[in-house]
Amino acid sequence: MIISVASGKGGTGKTTVATNMAVSLGAGVRLLDCDVEEPNAHLFVSPVIEQSETVFTAVPEIDKDKCTLCRKCSDICRFNVIAIAGKTILTFPELCHSCGGCIAVCPEEGAITEVGRELGLLEQGVFDAGDFVHGRMRIGEAMSPPLIKKVRERIKPDQINIIDAPPGTSCPVITAMKDTDFVLMVTEPTPFGLHDLKLAVEAVKLLGIPHGLVINRSDMGNDDVWQYARTENLPILMEIPFDRAIAEAYSRGRLMVESMPEWKGKFQELFRRIEKLSKAWENRN
Amino acid sequence: MKIAVTSQGTGIDSKIDPRFGRAAYILIIDMSDEKVEVIDNAENVNAFKGAGIQAAAKVGDCGVDALLTGFCGPNAFKTLAAAGVKVANDVSGTVQDAVDAFKNGKIVFSDDANVDGHW
Repeated sequence: MIISVASGKGGTGKTTVATNMAVSLGAGVRLLDCDVEEPNAHLFVSPVIEQSETVFTAVPEIDKDKCTLCRKCSDICRFNVIAIAGKTILTFPELCHSCGGCIAVCPEEGAITEVGRELGLLEQGVFDAGDFVHGRMRIGEAMSPPLIKKVRERIKPDQINIIDAPPGTSCPVITAMKDTDFVLMVTEPTPFGLHDLKLAVEAVKLLGIPHGLVINRSDMGNDDVWQYARTENLPILMEIPFDRAIAEAYSRGRLMVESMPEWKGKFQELFRRIEKLSKAWENRN
Repeated sequence: MKIAVTSQGTGIDSKIDPRFGRAAYILIIDMSDEKVEVIDNAENVNAFKGAGIQAAAKVGDCGVDALLTGFCGPNAFKTLAAAGVKVANDVSGTVQDAVDAFKNGKIVFSDDANVDGHW
């Protein structure tokens, strides 16, 4: 089973929910931090990292002696990675999305070859409840989806996989949510929280994934998010109050379930409800 | 000798479009007879990425010696430099003003891009 934890707005509590649920389940969990631009789940679950590898994505390199400036590569690239300027050919590898189109259309043998652009680090290790994987994007790299995909390659479908997704509703979060069994949306009852939640819900609907809501800091703001959940038929699976003790634990890099063990049962219950909804969805289709 | 000027309209009296990659039009002016060739840049206005690179390649293809515009980013600048096109930034007013300034030697060419990418 693969659960992705997403939100739309940043800072609503995705990592709090993902890490606390993972640890509450006790064993056999794989926690994957896909927020590779600013991974922070490791701060709370303190994994022992056992493997670390640098990952690359393919970008074109052009042999100027073999290139005939036919422009086929430049024409097919929708990201304008390859430009013909007068009698020279230029590449902008930082814009490349590694589709391989340029190499496929090039009529000259060996004029374009694939070389690597460093994306960052992929690290794997163990923590209290099982295996831990995350990506750390190279500083200066602008594109996170290729590294997120590398983190996701470490999923083991027969285990409980919990993905801590990046915020937003664009390519990085879609990459983290796609083909998961359930999307757990974490929101807060503020206008910003609700605004971005709506965008995220629209995206999840397009992807056709069952989803439910956790309302964090549930005793602040207003009740617009509950009304929205009602109209959208979004199940509210958990509410977490705006509690100083939770904030203090967080600020020390501690889990809620460590400082307040009474939450352990609530996170286990959250997982059971997700499992149930996900099964119901499968049977419905 | 030909020069390129980014323009908000198709005529020589149009205002200069301050943006290069996503300019509405690029006018190519032949300095020998001041004949104007209009390049519709609509395709790049809504380009997903790399509008500057694409526009620069296009300008390079026109065989111009210089580009007069408002703001030119680093990737476009690099492409133009490779095509042997000199770039003058911070040019404003109408296209005619720019052409006159160029004729009178009042245009200063840049050594570098004057804005960051994705400006």
